[in-house]
Amino acid sequence: MPFQKDLILINPKAEAERIIKELREIVAKKLHKRGAVVGVSGGIDSSVVLALCANAFGPEKVLALMMPDRDSSPDSLNLAKKLVEKFKVPYIIEDITDAVKGFGAYQKRDEAVKKVFPEYDESYKMKIVLPKDDEAKGKLNVYYVTIISPNGEEKTARLPLAEYLQIVAASNFKQRSRTNFLYYHAEARNYAVIGTGNKNEHEQGFFVKYGDGGADIKPIAHLFKTQVYQLAEYLGVPDEIQKRTPTTDTYSAEQTQEEFFFRLPYSVLDRIWFGWEKGFSSKEIAEALDLSESQVNVVINDIKQKIKTTEYLRMEPISLG
Amino acid sequence: MSEIKYSELIRSFIVDNFLFGDDSQLKFDTPLFEKGIIDSTGVLELVSFIEENYKITIQDDELVQDNFSSINSIENFLQNKLNHQNS
Repeated sequence: MPFQKDLILINPKAEAERIIKELREIVAKKLHKRGAVVGVSGGIDSSVVLALCANAFGPEKVLALMMPDRDSSPDSLNLAKKLVEKFKVPYIIEDITDAVKGFGAYQKRDEAVKKVFPEYDESYKMKIVLPKDDEAKGKLNVYYVTIISPNGEEKTARLPLAEYLQIVAASNFKQRSRTNFLYYHAEARNYAVIGTGNKNEHEQGFFVKYGDGGADIKPIAHLFKTQVYQLAEYLGVPDEIQKRTPTTDTYSAEQTQEEFFFRLPYSVLDRIWFGWEKGFSSKEIAEALDLSESQVNVVINDIKQKIKTTEYLRMEPISLG
Repeated sequence: MSEIKYSELIRSFIVDNFLFGDDSQLKFDTPLFEKGIIDSTGVLELVSFIEENYKITIQDDELVQDNFSSINSIENFLQNKLNHQNS
């Protein structure tokens, strides 16, 4: 069969039913837990996982946790509330700001940003981004920091190594604080923690080890984002969530996942990745997607690089026998 | 300046900093990314090393795979850059 752009699409009903059945099996028989805790962000992935869990265990056996911090967009909380209302799942809001502040994480992050932009202070917003590679030059995944002043003036600079590492390490306190809350609420109820990462995040390493990567089951880690959207539509996730641009909601300035990590719209990235994984040639993929062969090759190389360089994120601690 | 060979110095930086001194697998044409010797953090470390040692600035558009794919390609990139700078 020749490569076609819609080969990636799944039968959402069959896939949802399969996941729901597996969730029930695993939680009851392998984990011996009585329900599920899901961290909901108002994004598409956690919404789909919540909907799957509500169907698998019954809404009363699921707890949704909303864990904003001072940098989170208020939209995220509003959307998360619409979601739990739709699926009739009980929820708790745990604001992680004090926990993150207790670790000194905001201060550590801001100290690193100030080394690049001395004028930066709490009145500014910030984010870190990867450059787009529109001309398919094979740009390396080197991060830039952007600051936005209170009057909207934007500045961007390449991050030196030490500052890059410090910003990322400090920001990771957020995801790890959220995981602490997830496990607190799960253990207090004898529930399992259900992870919300999709295939793009899981395999390219777009998660924090022992942070949002920490869960008992990852029911959508095998699905491309494109397929997660199909499930969202099938399960009836609110339209506003389905239409929202995927964000990281990690830094104070608004930031899409595309500029933070993936560098391409998921609809293109997923199709190239899917085609490559299924053994189609770059030429076939390029023709079907109306791209040049070199553009496709650059994307495939970037995917391979990210998978390889993030292997350690997916590894269990290594024991020497 | 263009006569200087950068390869040896770059190689010993990579061996000391990324391979804990084990240089048995690293040749001048070893593909650094494919072999998992360097990732994006490694590139940043290498860029800092080059900028500090050779007192040059590597521009954003020079941070592409082709310039850093092996020790030989780093050598070529630096030779071209410094030749161009000195011409």
